[in-house]
Amino acid sequence: MKLWKEFIKGWWKENPVFVMVLGMCPTLAVTNSVKNAIGMIGAVAFVLVGSSFIVSVIRKMVPNQVRIATFIVVIATFVTMADRYLAAYYPDLSKALGPYVPLIVVNCIILGRQEAFASKNGVVASVLDALGMSMGFGIALMLMSSVREILGSGTWLGMRVLGSWYIPWQVMILPAGAFFVLGFLIWGFNSINKAFKG
Amino acid sequence: MELLVIFISALLINNFVLHYFLGICPFIGVSNRLDSAFSMGLAVTFVMTIAATVSWLIYYLLLVPYHLEFLEIVSFILVIASLVQVVEMFIKKVSPPLYQALGIYLPLITTNCAILGVALLTVLKKYNFIETLIFALGAGLGFTLAIVIMAGIREELEFADVPETLKGAGITLITAGILALAFMGFSGLV
Repeated sequence: MKLWKEFIKGWWKENPVFVMVLGMCPTLAVTNSVKNAIGMIGAVAFVLVGSSFIVSVIRKMVPNQVRIATFIVVIATFVTMADRYLAAYYPDLSKALGPYVPLIVVNCIILGRQEAFASKNGVVASVLDALGMSMGFGIALMLMSSVREILGSGTWLGMRVLGSWYIPWQVMILPAGAFFVLGFLIWGFNSINKAFKG
Repeated sequence: MELLVIFISALLINNFVLHYFLGICPFIGVSNRLDSAFSMGLAVTFVMTIAATVSWLIYYLLLVPYHLEFLEIVSFILVIASLVQVVEMFIKKVSPPLYQALGIYLPLITTNCAILGVALLTVLKKYNFIETLIFALGAGLGFTLAIVIMAGIREELEFADVPETLKGAGITLITAGILALAFMGFSGLV
């Protein structure tokens, strides 16, 4: 029961993007199309689950003073693996994501989970926590990229959603649109939470 | 001329915060007061310029000759993390007043994606040494410009009647969106 809670808390209650406002770079940068967002979600989930697993296994061997450096090296190793894999098997996607795959190293969601959770909990709980957080990140990115791609190009994952009458709202796929959509989503998220609490 | 174009485009057109979305965490976290935003901007510019040039040297003098390019990510992040530590100790020793001003922001810079972003982008864009230096300087000043403008707006926003649930990150992001729209006006410059 307790493990289930660790798993689902990342979906809504402690959603890394909407509640904790972490990992903003990829959330804003790669959500101009659903395809890019899916690639980013996959890469982040792989790195997060992998490094949570390793960190929770070695947590008793790592001296407290060098723990951050250790976490960073573990994370950087997994990011290198994800980066090489994408470059080898999905060159187009790798090109579209550009520097944002290597930048997963400094994504605060990942380091944050190692510091706050994986370094203090067992392997099973840490992996479940990482999976839940990845799903929360995934939910946020899918929402963002769906809104931006449908409004900005009239398509979803490359399929036409809005008819030819629709004039694409260009700003949505430009940087400014990313800030607007995320701002409004966070507003909506807080409002829903407040309505349920009150 | 070429160098001027690189500088202006890193500073205004491809502004790191408003175009590449790098360094958003401090941009949202530290932009509520003008003076701290300015200190943060200077600290970032300082570390960014050193980090970009040092990682350039490591990449072209160490990784390329030995065909170790895949170690790019691991080596850059280690360079940045240790560099921040060294810079912190150096400033503490040499200029205590500057340390007072930048002190608490220096450790935070390690996880600032803008620093690693500059290092990765210079490799991606195949800049030479001088271009790297100018690019990093422009990017750092661009970050300072964006965070200072944002802090100025947020100091005014405190007196505005913002809905309860929009306060904090929400209104900051929407303001940043309007700022990004304004910065799009620079795109005709080069």
